[in-house]
Amino acid sequence: MSATPVLALRGISKRFGAVQALTDVDLEVRAGEVVALVGDNGAGKSTLVKTVAGVHAIDDGIIEWGGRPVRIHKPHDAQDLGIATVYQDLSLCDNLDVVGNLFLGQEIRTVGVLDEVEMERRSRELLTTLSIRIPSVRIPTASLSGGQRQTVAIARSLLGDPKLVILDEPTAALGVEQTAQVLDLVERLRERDHAVLLISHNMEDVKAVADRVAVLRLGRNNGVFDVATTTQEEIVAAITGATDNAVTRRSARGSAEAAK
Amino acid sequence: MSTEGIEKEDSAKTDLAKSAPPADTPSADAEPGVAKEAVTAVDPRLVVREQGFAGYLTEFKRRMRGGELGSVPVIVGLILIMAIFQGLDDAFLSAQNLSNISIDIAGPGLIAVGIIFVLLLGEIDLSIGSVSGLAGAVFAVLAVQEGMPEVPAIILAVLVGTATGAFHGFFFARIGVPPLVVTLAGLLGWQGLMLYILGSSGTINLDSDGIVAKLTTYYFTDVAAAYGLAAVSVGGYFAAAYFGARRREAAGVPSRPLSEIVLRTVVLAVLAFVPAYVLNQYKGLPLALLIFLVVVVGADFVLRRTGFGRRVFALGGSVEASRRAGINVDLMRIAVFSVSGTLAAIGGLFMASTIAAANQGAGGGTLLMNAIAAAVIGGTSLYGGRGSSWSALLGVLVIMSIQSGLALKGIDAPVQYMITGSVLLAAVVIDSVSRRTQKTAGRA
Repeated sequence: MSATPVLALRGISKRFGAVQALTDVDLEVRAGEVVALVGDNGAGKSTLVKTVAGVHAIDDGIIEWGGRPVRIHKPHDAQDLGIATVYQDLSLCDNLDVVGNLFLGQEIRTVGVLDEVEMERRSRELLTTLSIRIPSVRIPTASLSGGQRQTVAIARSLLGDPKLVILDEPTAALGVEQTAQVLDLVERLRERDHAVLLISHNMEDVKAVADRVAVLRLGRNNGVFDVATTTQEEIVAAITGATDNAVTRRSARGSAEAAK
Repeated sequence: MSTEGIEKEDSAKTDLAKSAPPADTPSADAEPGVAKEAVTAVDPRLVVREQGFAGYLTEFKRRMRGGELGSVPVIVGLILIMAIFQGLDDAFLSAQNLSNISIDIAGPGLIAVGIIFVLLLGEIDLSIGSVSGLAGAVFAVLAVQEGMPEVPAIILAVLVGTATGAFHGFFFARIGVPPLVVTLAGLLGWQGLMLYILGSSGTINLDSDGIVAKLTTYYFTDVAAAYGLAAVSVGGYFAAAYFGARRREAAGVPSRPLSEIVLRTVVLAVLAFVPAYVLNQYKGLPLALLIFLVVVVGADFVLRRTGFGRRVFALGGSVEASRRAGINVDLMRIAVFSVSGTLAAIGGLFMASTIAAANQGAGGGTLLMNAIAAAVIGGTSLYGGRGSSWSALLGVLVIMSIQSGLALKGIDAPVQYMITGSVLLAAVVIDSVSRRTQKTAGRA
């Protein structure tokens, strides 16, 4: 595990009109590490991810990438840095086959013509490396199960060899077996030294694959826990706010002073 | 099949059954084709097509049951129509009549190719009839009234079509007006513009020796032309398929076996040489048919083999996924409507050519419905993301065969309208039903 975090957020704040969605949020993700981002509905998980993915620009704070401050204004900025985001749905075109979906928007061409052979070869290679099993790379993705679709979506994000992969609720709509497939894939991402930021509602998933858990509550940090040494109850307590720790005290004091 | 293989297959069934509850899943269908061994590295459940003719049949049956009807209904329909009309009137399948049909299909067919691009997005363009009329009028005014040479006049007329398409696309993509509405406005607006520039006379006759007039009256009378075209197509197809398969083999991805390539080439050869023979019995290969075929093949290439085509299909599948993949959705929409406008204008020149004039009735009547109907009858889905430029050829053949057959029997427009309407309805019903079947079979 490298010393410098791939991604470090320092004091991120984001307002939507009268709503303070994020207040002074810190977060670090290192290469070869899976960080789970958890929190109740409306805790600001999606907003935080969107600021990193370039969907929303931040109001305050610093985003550091490999130790250097960067600005992320557009999704393109994030992609250029090496941040790949996989959303929980709407990420595949049902009518295209697996190869078409994997290379959508980044097709391989020779003199302007799609190089289907090369794309198919690389698709198979990629899916094999990730041990993703799908019936055929030439069937429409509509024929795939939910878990297979999700693994294809994750595989696609890896084509550009990103440093950080953000997974937004990757297992939300999946059954037991399919969830297992996706979690296996998350572990393989870690083995390949990607930094992974995993958003999840599901404590079992988090306990299973994450190294650290960052809890958000009402748009603020509510503790970062080491999965190996923390019980699930402690994490749940942090999510629901039935906890009192150094982080919450400090931030409470901070905002109280600001109010004066 | 080993026990292990059976187990894997069972798990595949249950797995797929989760996403598609009805038991009719592809893997269940293709039971004999499910991989048995040695492909574990890729996937034990890989649906491998059996090599050779037997595998071809299995695959075909699986597609039919899965609702992927493709061009099968229209081919069956076409054979039925030809049989019925030939039964009613011997002249229907005469070389002269078939040659005339092959010219008549060019205009509406070209317009249909354009609308296929729009249909693939899952949108509709109602303005194509008016745009085609406008292009004919622009050409006639420039070439005949203003005395401009024909070539620049043709280019300008086609560019007018491109511009109208871009105009519709802009309002759809950037302003957010539904295409149905913006092209409906275009339907009326461009027709108005056409009437305006035609002026009081209302009809401008074209020079009968000019390029545009020749579009539908010129024949390559040498029998070598039609046979040559057929030979080049068949040879080109075989070479492309053969070397494509070699390349795939070299890259280690599944490829078509030689027997299948030969089979397909033989079928294509029949489909190419029989019409060539028939056309040569009359005046030879019509220029109009040649241009239409070139456009269909070109559009097919663009749709299947270029990044642009891939994006068109992607947008038809999911706009949001396309946007997230970094596709410039607005630009694509404008481009696709421009393609539709351009081809409508080219089709309009052919329509003007058939009557050797630009008149007030151009682009009206059944032209719009015929073009859309041709695309849908040919198998391009109204729901977007599914179709091919070949459906323009097949669909327009159906429509023009009906019109020609009815005209031969001296049946008037009212009945023609009703029959064409019924055929369109039937095509849309097939489209909707096959879409539903595909959904239950997990293919849509």
